[in-house]
Amino acid sequence: MNKVDTKVLSYDVAKIRADFPILAREIHGKPLVYLDSAASAQKPKLVLDTMTRALSHDYANVHRGAYYLSETSTAHYESAREKVRAFINARNLKEVVFTKGATEAINLVAAAWGRKFLKAGDEIVLTAVEHHSNIVPWQLLREATGCELRIAPVNPDGSIDIEAFAKVVGPKTKLIAVAHVSNVLGTVLPVQAIADLAHSVGAKLLLDGCQGIVHEHVDVQTLGCDFYVFSGHKLYGPTGIGILWAREELLEAMPPYQGGGDMIDIVTFAKTTWAPPPAKFEAGTPPIVEAIGLGAAVDYLNSIDRAAASAHEHALLRYAMTSLAQIPGVRLIGTAPGKAAVQSFVMDGAHPHDLATVLDRSGVCVRAGHHCAQPLMEILGVTATTRASFGIYNTMGEVDALVAALRKAQDVLL
Amino acid sequence: MSAAAPLTDDLRSLYQDIILDHGKSPRNLRIVEHHTCKAQGNNPMCGDRVTVTARVSRAGMLEDVAFEGKGCAISIASASMMSEALAGQSAATAKQLFDAVHDLCTGKIEAEHVKAKVPAALGDSIDKLAALSGVRQFPVRVKCATLPWHALMSCLDGKTQATTEK
Repeated sequence: MNKVDTKVLSYDVAKIRADFPILAREIHGKPLVYLDSAASAQKPKLVLDTMTRALSHDYANVHRGAYYLSETSTAHYESAREKVRAFINARNLKEVVFTKGATEAINLVAAAWGRKFLKAGDEIVLTAVEHHSNIVPWQLLREATGCELRIAPVNPDGSIDIEAFAKVVGPKTKLIAVAHVSNVLGTVLPVQAIADLAHSVGAKLLLDGCQGIVHEHVDVQTLGCDFYVFSGHKLYGPTGIGILWAREELLEAMPPYQGGGDMIDIVTFAKTTWAPPPAKFEAGTPPIVEAIGLGAAVDYLNSIDRAAASAHEHALLRYAMTSLAQIPGVRLIGTAPGKAAVQSFVMDGAHPHDLATVLDRSGVCVRAGHHCAQPLMEILGVTATTRASFGIYNTMGEVDALVAALRKAQDVLL
Repeated sequence: MSAAAPLTDDLRSLYQDIILDHGKSPRNLRIVEHHTCKAQGNNPMCGDRVTVTARVSRAGMLEDVAFEGKGCAISIASASMMSEALAGQSAATAKQLFDAVHDLCTGKIEAEHVKAKVPAALGDSIDKLAALSGVRQFPVRVKCATLPWHALMSCLDGKTQATTEK
């Protein structure tokens, strides 16, 4: 028996499931089979309880009040930052900026870093697999600065050809902005090779880590990127909170993204000076409770055997790929080697939306549509796919439930 | 139908035979020759697109209605049945039928009462369209059914784009 199998055997998924209250409920009279964690993950009781306590026992605004409750609230908020720092191994707390999500984090980089450092003719390289949130902010930046976008291609199996990638990188490249893991295909991008390409031409590398941090171990000091962004709600934490990690010197050099309270040093009507990072980028009252909730999600992930959880997810993916491929008329979309536990597919004669509706009546939640990646859909030659994505709490039995529901959908629709 | 997988009633009412028939074998899936108007409808949630073309006579009659596009069974069936129902009807009748179908899909009117709301000239085609009322149990699918109708209304209004945000 190999090493991976031992890890899977040691993983007690029933124990994990017991930590997620929602998994006990039924949908349309059927046990909930939640296969849409890539869109948003369910939350463990630790996150729910921590947020409830933050609101019901320790709540006040942060960084303001010279009173006990505000000090407590500030301490919890800042300790969440430290938990995230340790989780991604950032050098220091200045490098960990709370945002409302990955989308805001990318917009922040585009607006603050991009408008200051990019000019007409400079190039930003994206890949064909990007989520709209890693496309549209750069298009807005293009409108503002006259910079240009170049697109690195994707192979038919969803893998990235690094030689083809290298061909779109050149002396004008100032930024490469790519997904760590594709939300549609599950492909884990060759981050180290892309980082080498970026740095060989003096460009910065931004990684959209929404799916990456969920499935991969992230150490920002060894990944080779300059910016790493992710959302809390895909990492078993709450919505409304996300992280921008960037090297301290980059954050120091960037102007503020938004103006307001909390991000200033001294304000006069003549001139205002900024607070140092991360406060410079956290104008206004932040999502306090959500940040604390994200800290709890990190605590939760640290409390489980993540290596075993990862092995379990890969076992689920292998089983799902094998099982889905056995259904007549099903074609898997995204089969790159070493991919993460996200599987898109199409079925002959059944539109993904119709499939999702029928599956829902079996209690099975899947994503159907373009997954906020319309350019990729066009390249793949489909208008939409159905996607099952797996988290730490999913089971082999849920893969079976998906397959049974798909066969039922064929009865209904074909 | 497999005995092991009984259907819930609402799935049965959504995917009636006539919907599946039109969804799999859509009628008038083409571009109208010498069309006088053309409009595209997008459903940004799912990425589905439908382009409706029509030829309207000077007297305001829809001489021909057709559509092109990719979409789910509901949107394709709706477009197909729409094109059948409206060929030879007046633009004013089309507007009345749009309102009736919209009310059918959103549950404002029951299928058995819809016939009284539309001109008698439509004949039996309203009975077919009543099958679309199954979407009312599936709120996110209502737009699938109404998308081609919105596109047709835009088309007749001389616009090129339609949205399902009525």
